[in-house]
Amino acid sequence: MSATVADNRISSPVAEFWRRFRRKRVALVAGFIILLIALAAIAAPLVAPYDPSAPDYDNVLADPSALHPFGTDAYGRDILSRVIWGGRISLSVGVISVLVGGAVGIVLGLVSGFFGGWVDSLIMRFCDVLFAFPGLLLAIGVVAVLGPGISNVIWATSVFSVPAFARLVRGDALALKRAVYVQAARSIGVRPVTLMLRHILPGALPGVIVNGSLRLGNNILTAASLSFLGLGAQPPSPEWGAMLADGRSYLGVADWLTLWPGVAIFVTVLAFNLLGDGLRDALSQKLR
Amino acid sequence: MQAEPVLPLLDIAGLSVAFANDRGDDFTAVRGLDLVVAEGETLAVVGESGSGKSVTAMAVTRLIDNAGGRITGGTIRFRDRSGAVRDLAREPAADMRRLRGPEIAMVFQEPMTSLNPVLTVGDQIAEAIELHQRLSHQAAREEARRMLERVRIPEAARQLDRYPFQLSGGMRQRVMIAMALSCRPRMLIADEPTTALDVTVQAQVLRLMRELQREFGMAMIFITHDMGVVAEIADRVLVMRAGEKVEEGDVFAIFERPAAPYTRALLAAVPALGSLAHESLPRAFPENGRDLPPQDTVREGGPPVLEVQDLTTRFDVASGWFTRNKARIHAVEHVSLEVRPGETLGLVGESGCGKSSTGRSVIRLEQPQAGAIRFEGSDVSVLRGDAEARLRRGVQYVFQDPFASLDPRLTVGFSIAEPITTNRLLSGPAVEARVGELLRQVGLPPEHGRRYPHELSGGQRQRVCIARALASEPRLIIADEAVAALDVSIRAQVVNLLMALQRERGLAFLFISHDMAVVERIAHRVAVMYLGQIVEIGPRQAVMIDPQHAYTRRLLAAVPVPDPRQRGHERGLDDSEVPSPLRRLDDPPQVAPLVQVGPDHYVARHHVGGLY
Repeated sequence: MSATVADNRISSPVAEFWRRFRRKRVALVAGFIILLIALAAIAAPLVAPYDPSAPDYDNVLADPSALHPFGTDAYGRDILSRVIWGGRISLSVGVISVLVGGAVGIVLGLVSGFFGGWVDSLIMRFCDVLFAFPGLLLAIGVVAVLGPGISNVIWATSVFSVPAFARLVRGDALALKRAVYVQAARSIGVRPVTLMLRHILPGALPGVIVNGSLRLGNNILTAASLSFLGLGAQPPSPEWGAMLADGRSYLGVADWLTLWPGVAIFVTVLAFNLLGDGLRDALSQKLR
Repeated sequence: MQAEPVLPLLDIAGLSVAFANDRGDDFTAVRGLDLVVAEGETLAVVGESGSGKSVTAMAVTRLIDNAGGRITGGTIRFRDRSGAVRDLAREPAADMRRLRGPEIAMVFQEPMTSLNPVLTVGDQIAEAIELHQRLSHQAAREEARRMLERVRIPEAARQLDRYPFQLSGGMRQRVMIAMALSCRPRMLIADEPTTALDVTVQAQVLRLMRELQREFGMAMIFITHDMGVVAEIADRVLVMRAGEKVEEGDVFAIFERPAAPYTRALLAAVPALGSLAHESLPRAFPENGRDLPPQDTVREGGPPVLEVQDLTTRFDVASGWFTRNKARIHAVEHVSLEVRPGETLGLVGESGCGKSSTGRSVIRLEQPQAGAIRFEGSDVSVLRGDAEARLRRGVQYVFQDPFASLDPRLTVGFSIAEPITTNRLLSGPAVEARVGELLRQVGLPPEHGRRYPHELSGGQRQRVCIARALASEPRLIIADEAVAALDVSIRAQVVNLLMALQRERGLAFLFISHDMAVVERIAHRVAVMYLGQIVEIGPRQAVMIDPQHAYTRRLLAAVPVPDPRQRGHERGLDDSEVPSPLRRLDDPPQVAPLVQVGPDHYVARHHVGGLY
């Protein structure tokens, strides 16, 4: 009579998630594209046909051809190689800023939601202040203070990734700390830190993963914008935003200068957003 | 005998309903069901969770289409007002919409979620009336007021402008009924309409539904898991199990001469209040048709396991930086009680009476404002160092909902091990061995430790929670409505398990429950709580046979009796509502002193006569 369990298959939450995610075609394709871009970026020295910063003054602004599939820029540098190498910079900005911002945000959010009271007020007012600035403006401010350069762009994007993670995790922590199973754990004497890490954080992770994916795309875009404004990667490093800025003066003459970095940014950001949506769909269903 | 057979109102033949799940294979919830409802008749559909009783109701109204299920076979013949017979299994969705309301109306279990929280009660009822009777808004509201009067809502005109959250659960369910009846349906389908209500409110609503059914002359399908409720309301009974019909018959026949073994088992598992009226000791539910001996587990002498004195827990309403605190919920007011080794103290009362808050205050899930808590003679009122360790090990809590109280992302084995590792009782492979042993003790195979909570049934999950509570070898277990969410047959098993553990280990229980019949089985002593205070406490037999407090009497009178013959003679119900424990800051409640009325039997004596 109690045999309402459909089958005896043991399925861990992770297996259950994968079973659902496998069905999201678009997200799978997006994930595959991200994987390709990441692999190309990692293996850039092997994949890229030319040195990305070696000028070739005999081949300035060359049309796309078999030798230079994406053409060359005003210094004769191969655009394809620069786009591949640029992926390194863009992806590392995205990944590092999300890891740093996410880690800080998770800790702040957990503490804020779990303990509440004045700690919560303090952390949330700090987040409100960060939220009050438009992200890009804030990043420009940070970079203006610290000076231009890609490492400062990483700092800036990390900083303004924090409040979104913090708020998200705080919301989950607020709800989960009242969950009966958290109370049950509390009643047997589980310490606050263990409570947060073992029982609350895993419940907040789905949101963190989704937000992380969306934010990664977003941060890549911000980094590119900063570089476009000349505040990020400095010449001659190949960065997608910086390449756009370089190509701007030749828009009518050599549109491939702006086209390919633009496409790279577009595809990467879109792929991260689609992946994030797919993750959200697969994770948001209650694991019942 | 009539020459011409009366045509039934509803005639279901061979109904099958299936749900598609995301693995791609179908799950058949109802299989080949036949069912007939005559005009003006009440058919109770009884079954445990997963029996397909609600799915059947949803198939009749075709709400099943929106719930992911579909009718895979059979006919649902319904004779409408004009006398035409329609097959609801094949009716187009647009026609079904016109039938729902004027012909077939529904009342659901959860009156809060079935009402729209942002519309006033009056507007919601009026909406249904306008839709189906084409009345002006003014006329519809007037009709809504009349409907509220018919469901015995006091001051109906004033209630029209109130929002659902301003009403009590019982009042909300009355509003739902008024809404369902506003279109004068010929058939009402009520799906567990009283399950979420307190016993006294349930008794009121059941009586109301019985009267309304007569007044409106409508047929009713009453879905419930509670045999006591069936006995109160049904003309005929249909017993379902795992999507199939087990037995169907007249209510007296079902209760007095049940044919199917499942029906017999179901009836045997129903705790009947008063079955232990002539003995003072607890006695487990009969197992396999055999009565078990009463058990005497209380050990006299020595300090009590738990001693609570003048425990007071209050919750401030609205506190923050900018809002001033204006009111306070007096959840627990000067509660004193003690539990002896091997004893079960039943703590009973209706929702909001403070019984759970009392239990939660003891283990400090709520912070009490005042009072002393002693565990095995030593003070644990302040949780510091040693006291905390003693309390956390020695007192364990079992919650109402076993699914909610297990972390869904951890295996149940890990959850059971958590008290052991947290209190550093064992380490390494010894932990796993102990988990297996605990699982065996609660009647589960040790391999279940590798499963996740969603892979177990409700009863199995509660057994896991009990195993977890046993893991730190406690002296006292606080069971907070621990069997309330379980099906009757499982409930009896779990109660018996708890009693067996008490016999073997001399465990003491603080058994918090609203179910008087279960408390009668398990408790040595009973404490009745009302508005945060204990109004009566004493030996179980004395309190239940000879209740001294008016509220205890009211509570006992409201318990449904699983015997249709006892229906009808009114047992002195009143329609009053339990007041709120929410009070203004400058208006603290009066605490009534307890006066001894018998051996170990105390009753609150109030200053003001009349109202308790």
